Amino acid sequence: MRSRKGVAALVAGLGLSLGLAGCGSGGGADQTTTLTYWASNQAASQEQDKQILQPELDKFRQRTGITVEVEVIPWSDLLNRILAATSSGEGPDVVNIGNTWSASLQATGAFTAFDDATLAKVGGRDRFLASSLASTGAVGQPPASVPVYGLSYGLFYNKKLFAEAGITAPPSTWDELVTVATALTKPDQQRWGLGILGSSYTENAHFAYLLGRQHGAELFDGDTPRFDSPQMVAAVRQYVDLLATHEVVNPSNAEYLNDVQILSDFAAGKTAMVMIQNNAVANLRTIGMPEADYGVVPIPMTDPLPAGGKRVNSHVAGVNLGVFANSDNPGGAMTFVEFLTSPEEQKILNHAFGTLPVVPDAYTDPAFQTPTIETFRSVLADTAEPLPMIPQEAQFETLIGAALKDLLARAASGQPVDDATIHDKLATANEQMKSAG
Amino acid sequence: MSTAADVGPRPARRRWSARALPYLILAPALVAELAVHIVPMLVGVFMSTLRLNQFSIRDWVNAPFVGLDNYVSVATLDSSVAAGLLRSFGVTVLFSVLAVLGEFLLGLAAAVALHRPFRGRAVLRTLFLVPFALPMFSSVITWMFMLQRDTGLVNTVLVDWLGLTDERPFWLVGQNSFVSLVVVAVWRTWPFAFLTITAGLQSIPTELYEAANVDGAGPWRRLFSITLPMLRPVNTVLLLVLFLWSFNDFNTPYLLFGQAAPAEAGLISLHIYQSSFVTWNFGLGSAMSVLMLLFLLVVTVGYLAVVNRRRDNG
Repeated sequence: MRSRKGVAALVAGLGLSLGLAGCGSGGGADQTTTLTYWASNQAASQEQDKQILQPELDKFRQRTGITVEVEVIPWSDLLNRILAATSSGEGPDVVNIGNTWSASLQATGAFTAFDDATLAKVGGRDRFLASSLASTGAVGQPPASVPVYGLSYGLFYNKKLFAEAGITAPPSTWDELVTVATALTKPDQQRWGLGILGSSYTENAHFAYLLGRQHGAELFDGDTPRFDSPQMVAAVRQYVDLLATHEVVNPSNAEYLNDVQILSDFAAGKTAMVMIQNNAVANLRTIGMPEADYGVVPIPMTDPLPAGGKRVNSHVAGVNLGVFANSDNPGGAMTFVEFLTSPEEQKILNHAFGTLPVVPDAYTDPAFQTPTIETFRSVLADTAEPLPMIPQEAQFETLIGAALKDLLARAASGQPVDDATIHDKLATANEQMKSAG
Repeated sequence: MSTAADVGPRPARRRWSARALPYLILAPALVAELAVHIVPMLVGVFMSTLRLNQFSIRDWVNAPFVGLDNYVSVATLDSSVAAGLLRSFGVTVLFSVLAVLGEFLLGLAAAVALHRPFRGRAVLRTLFLVPFALPMFSSVITWMFMLQRDTGLVNTVLVDWLGLTDERPFWLVGQNSFVSLVVVAVWRTWPFAFLTITAGLQSIPTELYEAANVDGAGPWRRLFSITLPMLRPVNTVLLLVLFLWSFNDFNTPYLLFGQAAPAEAGLISLHIYQSSFVTWNFGLGSAMSVLMLLFLLVVTVGYLAVVNRRRDNG
């Protein structure tokens, strides 16, 4: 043990002697009056995120005297940045995390646990929606984070394209979804029934999960992964078939990586429907598509569901706030968390980002009483399930998401994707998961 | 008048300072080399003996010691870990060979073509260096946009303008992703070969070419009998450097394809990154890195031994 500490001391000493040691958390001269906050990229651009957040941070400074230095980090970098901060001990005071990472990051021990006493400092357990609070860490342990933005999936459809095709009502079952999408697909006019983000591993993993649950799949048996079960194969098949068999998805979607790509097509009328989370509302506003031009319904499910299937058409999606355990200003950090989750700030920020408030009191605002918000809110409350709150969850998303990316690329290139191909991919992901331990 | 006792210590002091001066000049580079290369490498070897995941990363120095277990996982040929690594290794070797070949041939052709003075030579030289001078991030991201199936410039030229194919091919997913990777890597690095060979050409006496001209040697004969033999010392180092850069290339595939590269373009550096950061198994990722380091050491030593033996025999 001594020799290991020696190595650490050598590394630390060398770093210090070279002046390479980074700035400490908080970073300011007076550690009680400054905070560092890593915000996730919620708006159409990081710059827009800053523009939305800055007036609120100024308000916080006026009230508390604490200056918050914010850095907006793209989702593709956020987890790596958090891991680097965890191993080096040099990180922000407060950080946004994808709520599905809660249990994985909780296992690192780098985050302050929100036990009852700590929760009381940020408004108490009752401040938050129960469903959002379920995605904050492993069952039976104090949450490692608290919710700040709520998200759920919905099916966006272009009203004009529906009217032109004589379709009077949005689809309510998966079969209807495929039928409607087929009717709206006109490749010669560069128009497709449905848009997907084929290269986004997170989106792929979410659909594998929710369709898997509809087929009755259990992703984990305790800590043991069960990615290659027949139910999961059927679920992945259902998703890939949208492109491979039904051909209602533009094959180019296999290389789509971010929301803006899929939403630009939707706003331009190149895609009639997209299955996406509610922050798309704000992004569509930025792109220039008025809310009156589209409708939102819950993602249709297979009817009747396969044996053992669960009515799940979204995971409890959202963004949480974590406080690093080695924050130099833990009191200030908790005050900041309390501020961001207060009903007043919840109304402002969630409206700007197109997300759902995670505190019931915020829903009294008329801005959150639209049919669109009501749809997402009901999905979150009734048919959304938290992704497995286990330490290995982050690995699940990356491995299954990458497997689906490969399968969709195969289908888009015209190569056959049968059950055996899907099973092989999922079995490989399963093995990798096991090897990760 | 000074005595021997008066002047004695001065030369000794001067000798000491003269002896210390080179070390003092070297010291900053040595410290930087230690900090940037040696210590991280040693830390990597140390990490490869640990079970380092989300449970232990915070206090990683005290992570459970597992000895050579991570190496056993990598070397167990019937495991998915080993199969993935082996496949990735094969892709990387093929990529490195093609990239080095492309970069070297382009660099050589351009350097030879621009060797003799002509009007506009300086402009062409500057133009050729642009890919190497551009920030890597912006140039590779630009390629990513150009390679997109529906809206990319590559398909616009190949399909819409030239009509070479009816179907719009994919360049960022599937089998063609390997082609994209090689093309972008060659485009980005060939100016380095051009620059190095251009510098090497300056040292070849022009009398040799004049004599060859008198003897009636054509351009190919001059290339194979004068230029390439005279450039051998330069090319020896150039080819080695290009191979090491290609084998270690992380930025090109990462920027082109994102975190989850297609299997066809999954270079070993990206594979190690995925093993470490995607599955949070930093011990296993470190073991793979150490093995890659050993492989590159063997290749380098073997290559230099063969080249030196040939030179000595020659």
